[in-house]
Amino acid sequence: MAKQSSSSPPAIKLSGISKSFGPVQANKDIDLVVEKGSIHGIIGENGAGKSTLMSILYGFYHADSGTIAINGKEMKIPDSQAAIAAGIGMVHQHFMLVDNFTVLENVILGAEGGAILNRGIAKAKTELQRLEDEYSLDVDIDTLIEELPVGLQQRVEILKALFRNADILILDEPTGVLTPAEADHLFRIFRQLRDEGKTIILITHKLREIMAITDSVSVMRRGEMVATRKTSETSVEELAELMVGRRVLLRVDKGEANPGEDKLVVENLTVKDERGVVMVDDVSFSVKAGEIVGIAGVAGNGQSELMAAISGIMRAETGRVLLDGKPIHVTGHADPALLRQRGMAHVPEDRHHMGLVLPFSEKENSILGYQNDETYTSGQFLQMAAIDADARAKIKQYDIRPPNPDLKASSFSGGNQQKIVLSREMERDPVVLLVGQPTRGVDVGAIEFIHKRIIEMRDAGKAVLLVSVELDEIRSLADRTLVMFAGKIVGERGPEASEGELGLLMAGVTDNDGAEARQ
Amino acid sequence: MEFLYNLDVLNSTIRLSTPLLLAALAGLYSERAGVFDISLEGKMLGGAFAAGAAAFVFNSAWIGLFAGVSLSVLLALLHGYACITARGNQIVSGVAINFIVAGIAILLGQSWFGLGGRTPQLSGPERFREITLPGAEALADVPIIGWLYSGILSGQAILVYIAFLAVPFTWWVLFRTRFGLRMRAVGENPAAVDTAGISVTWARYRAVMICGVLCGIAGAYLALGLSAGFVKDMTAGKGFIALAALIFAKWKPVNVMFAALLFGYLEAVGIRMQGKSMPFIGEVPVTAIQALPYVLTVVLLAGFIGKAIPPKAGGIPYVKER
Repeated sequence: MAKQSSSSPPAIKLSGISKSFGPVQANKDIDLVVEKGSIHGIIGENGAGKSTLMSILYGFYHADSGTIAINGKEMKIPDSQAAIAAGIGMVHQHFMLVDNFTVLENVILGAEGGAILNRGIAKAKTELQRLEDEYSLDVDIDTLIEELPVGLQQRVEILKALFRNADILILDEPTGVLTPAEADHLFRIFRQLRDEGKTIILITHKLREIMAITDSVSVMRRGEMVATRKTSETSVEELAELMVGRRVLLRVDKGEANPGEDKLVVENLTVKDERGVVMVDDVSFSVKAGEIVGIAGVAGNGQSELMAAISGIMRAETGRVLLDGKPIHVTGHADPALLRQRGMAHVPEDRHHMGLVLPFSEKENSILGYQNDETYTSGQFLQMAAIDADARAKIKQYDIRPPNPDLKASSFSGGNQQKIVLSREMERDPVVLLVGQPTRGVDVGAIEFIHKRIIEMRDAGKAVLLVSVELDEIRSLADRTLVMFAGKIVGERGPEASEGELGLLMAGVTDNDGAEARQ
Repeated sequence: MEFLYNLDVLNSTIRLSTPLLLAALAGLYSERAGVFDISLEGKMLGGAFAAGAAAFVFNSAWIGLFAGVSLSVLLALLHGYACITARGNQIVSGVAINFIVAGIAILLGQSWFGLGGRTPQLSGPERFREITLPGAEALADVPIIGWLYSGILSGQAILVYIAFLAVPFTWWVLFRTRFGLRMRAVGENPAAVDTAGISVTWARYRAVMICGVLCGIAGAYLALGLSAGFVKDMTAGKGFIALAALIFAKWKPVNVMFAALLFGYLEAVGIRMQGKSMPFIGEVPVTAIQALPYVLTVVLLAGFIGKAIPPKAGGIPYVKER
C-alpha cells in the first residue's frame, strides 16, 4: 500500500456541500476528505445521494452551497471540462459512450488534439497502446462500441479517463455489469493505479467489494454523510447498519425445505438464439413443490435463454417442459399469457425491459400480464377502482415507497420497482415461480425483504426456480444448485456446497475434470 | 422512350437535383446533430423569397444569395432556439416555420411588389448565369467524354457546382474533423459529449446554422438560378423530398447525392412525360410521376435497402438526467 505522508494535502476535500432538486434534498451539508493515493469507498442505498455528490465533483451538477478543494487548492467546478482539467475522471454507471463510434473515436471525443482529426489520432493511438499495455486494459481500438460486451465497454471508459491524465478516478457502481473474474481484474487495476499514486473513489452498494478493495469508506444515508471509517477497522455488519439505519440480517434465515412432487419438469431442452448459436444445450432438471432450485453461472451461459424458453418468450428447438404435470408447448407457440393462467409466475431478469412499462403508473404495472383477469376487467373496461384498491393493498404489504399507485414506475428506486414486479407475480398464488436476478440493482434493505419473500413462497409450497449471477444469493437461498456453463448443466450441489466448489463449476471445471486431475 | 436518357433530361436532372441536394445536406447536418428538421421546406422557401426580393432591389444575384442565406439562418436559429434552448417539440417547431414562411412570403411580396406574392421578373446580373467551363466548346464533339463534359458538366450555374462540391466537403467535415466528430456524437449520445466537457448546446446550434446556410443557398438557387424570381409556393414540396432523400441515404453524404440525383431524374422525366404516351401503359398522369420519390422511399425503406436508423438522440432535447 502506497501511503502518502500525512503532510500532503488530501486529494479531495468537500465541505458543506448541499444540493436540492426541487423539494428533494439530495445532499445535505456533506463533508468528505479523500486522501491522495488511496481507494475510498462511498456506500449507501439507492437514492442516498452518492451519485449526485460525485456528479457535483465532476461538474455535472452545481452544488447549492459548499466548497470543493482539489489537492489542497479550493476551486470552482462549473462544468465537466473544469473537472477534467483538475485531473478528475469519472466512469458513470450508465456508460457515456457513443455506441456507433469506434473505441478510438470515443476516447478522443473532447480531447481530439486539433481541429483536424488525423493529427490527434496518430498520437492517441500510441498513447492508448501504452495505457492498454501498462494496465492490461486490452481492447481493440477500431471496434465499434455496440459490438463490445459491457465488460470491455467499461475498459473504454477507464481508458478515456486515463487518456485525459486523470489523477482522481471516480467509478459509479463499476461491478454491477461484471462477472466475478472481470471484477477481480478491475480490482487489480485499481490497486495498480493506487500504487502509482492515483486516487480512486468507488461508489457501490456491495459491502463485500468495499471490504475487499478499499482503504477507507464513507457511508451515506438519505443525502447525509453518516460516517467515515478505515476499512480495516470496520465490519460488514457495522456498514450495513450505518447504511440502512437499523440492524440488517445479512444471512437469510431459512428452515429445512419440504419438497413435494415435481411441479416443473424440463427434459432435454435445447434453445438457439437468433444467430443460431446453441445457448441451452440438452438441459434436463426438475423443481419440486416447496423447494428453491438455484441456477448459478457467469452471465451469458444460457441462463437467460433457459428462462425465456420455459416462460414461453423464446422458442426452443427440442425438448419438453411440464408445468404441474401437463406439457408446455415450448417448441411451438407457448403463450406466456396462457402460462400465467396455468400458474407460472415470472419475475424477469431485466425488469426495465420485460418486467415493467416504465412510463406507466405503478397500478397499471401491477396488473401487467393479468389485465384480462376478471378482477381487473369487465368486458372492454378496466375496473379502475378495483385496480387501485388492489395496488394499494400490495403497496402496503410489500412496503413499496413512495406509497402512491399513480406514480410512474420510472420514478421508483430499483428496489421498489422490483417489489412492484414481485408483488404482481407472487400474489397470484402461482404453482411455479421463475425468478431472474431478483436483487440486481437493489439496495440492501430491499434485498433482505425480497429474499424473505422468496423463502415464504417456498414454504407456501411453490416450486421456485431462481437464476442469479450473484453466487452469494444462490448459496443463501437455493436448496439445490445447478451450475450452468456454456449452455449445459455441469453440476448439481446441495446447500452445503462451498463457494470455491461452485466457482470452479462456473468456470467450466466439471466433476470429471476434477477426477482426472486427482488421478 | 428516348426522352428517358437524352441530354436535355440528364442536364435538367443535374439542375433539379441541386436544390434537393443542398436541402438534404442541410438536413444531414441538423439531424446528425440530433435536431430533426422538417422545416427545410420553409427555410428554402424563405431563402428563395429573400433572394428574389433582394436581387431585384439591389440588382445583384450575390446580394440576393446573401439575403436568402441570412433569412434562412435566422429561421434556423428560431428552430434551434425552440428545439435546443427551449427544449420544444422539434416536429411542431418545424411545421410552424413552414406555415409562417409560406404565409409571410406572400404577404410581404404582395405589399412590396404588388404582383400577387411574386417578386418581379429577374434578368441579367440579378440571376446566376450558366458558366461555360474552359474547353467545353473544343471538347463538344468528342464522343461520350465531350458529351458529358460540355453537355452536362459545363453550362450550370455556380450554385450547382457549390452543391456538388459540398458533398465531399461534408463527408470530410463529418468524418475527418473535430467539429464533425462532436456533431455526430451529440446526435447519438449527448450525455457522452457533455461528460467529455463539451457544450451540447453550442455543438447543436452550429449544426443548425450550417443547415440554415445550405437551405438558404438552395432557396436562392430556386429563385435566381432555376427560375427568374420568386413565385408563390415555388419549393413545391422539395424540402420534403429532400428529407425523403436523406432518410433514403441513411444520413450519409455520398448516398445523399445519389438519392438527390435519382429524385431529380424522376422529376426531369416527369416533366417530359407530360402528354406523352408510354408503350403498354398509355398516358401516365404527371402526378403519378411526381409521387414516385415518396413511393420509392417508402417501398425501398420497407425492405430493399435495410433499416434506416436515424441518429439515436434525434428529436430528443438534451436534459441532464433527473
